Amino acid sequence: MKAIYFAWVRERIGLSEEEVAPPREIETVRQLVDWLAARGDGYAAAFANPKTIRAAIDKAHVAPDASIAGAREIAFFPPMTGG
Amino acid sequence: MPAASAIPTVRVQAEDFDPAREEALLTAGRRDIGAVVSFTGLCRDEDGTLAALELEHYPGMAEEEIGRVAHEALSRWPLVGLTVIHRHGAIRPGERIVLVVAAARHRGEAFAAAEFLMDYLKTRAPFWKKERRTDGTDGGWVAAKGADDDAAARWDRD
Repeated sequence: MKAIYFAWVRERIGLSEEEVAPPREIETVRQLVDWLAARGDGYAAAFANPKTIRAAIDKAHVAPDASIAGAREIAFFPPMTGG
Repeated sequence: MPAASAIPTVRVQAEDFDPAREEALLTAGRRDIGAVVSFTGLCRDEDGTLAALELEHYPGMAEEEIGRVAHEALSRWPLVGLTVIHRHGAIRPGERIVLVVAAARHRGEAFAAAEFLMDYLKTRAPFWKKERRTDGTDGGWVAAKGADDDAAARWDRD
């Protein structure tokens, strides 16, 4: 699936998007965050405080316990500050 | 025609917009509208310290999410027309960022819908603001405010 990152999540990881292939046992958004955080220092910094991370699957907001099964695109970003 | 069938206009764009023109487009040729509430959000200069805001957005999701919020507003209030425009890119103090125009038969629903839309946009639409300061430094990412979450939460249904 494609993982995409915004704002300071993107800056800390140093990528705006990438293809990721998590192992089968990674089933939820929360597990995917933990798996990504273990990929390197930038990822660890981006996901250091999971409470500040929001996620969207295929362009719709999801909760941390949401399943990632069948997701084509999963986005991670800080709490929104538009308006 | 039932009012709830109004089709919202949603635009996410780098260019500026004209609130008067958008309001005129909503009301042109109609005689059933009794109230139009228009909200324009502007970029503040933060007492002269802010050079610009860089608004990052999630292309595709920004339009979809504003569309979802707009349809939620239409399901709650009998609106006759609704326009939401949100800009991205570099925006300098004094420039417009966001516009909500809600048209209805009566002012109560127009005011409520406009306020609901702004409260929800601030907490659900995928936009992030980065500050550029007048002294040339990077002011960092604007932090989300708990007050905005509280404002949005008051619209939650049991």
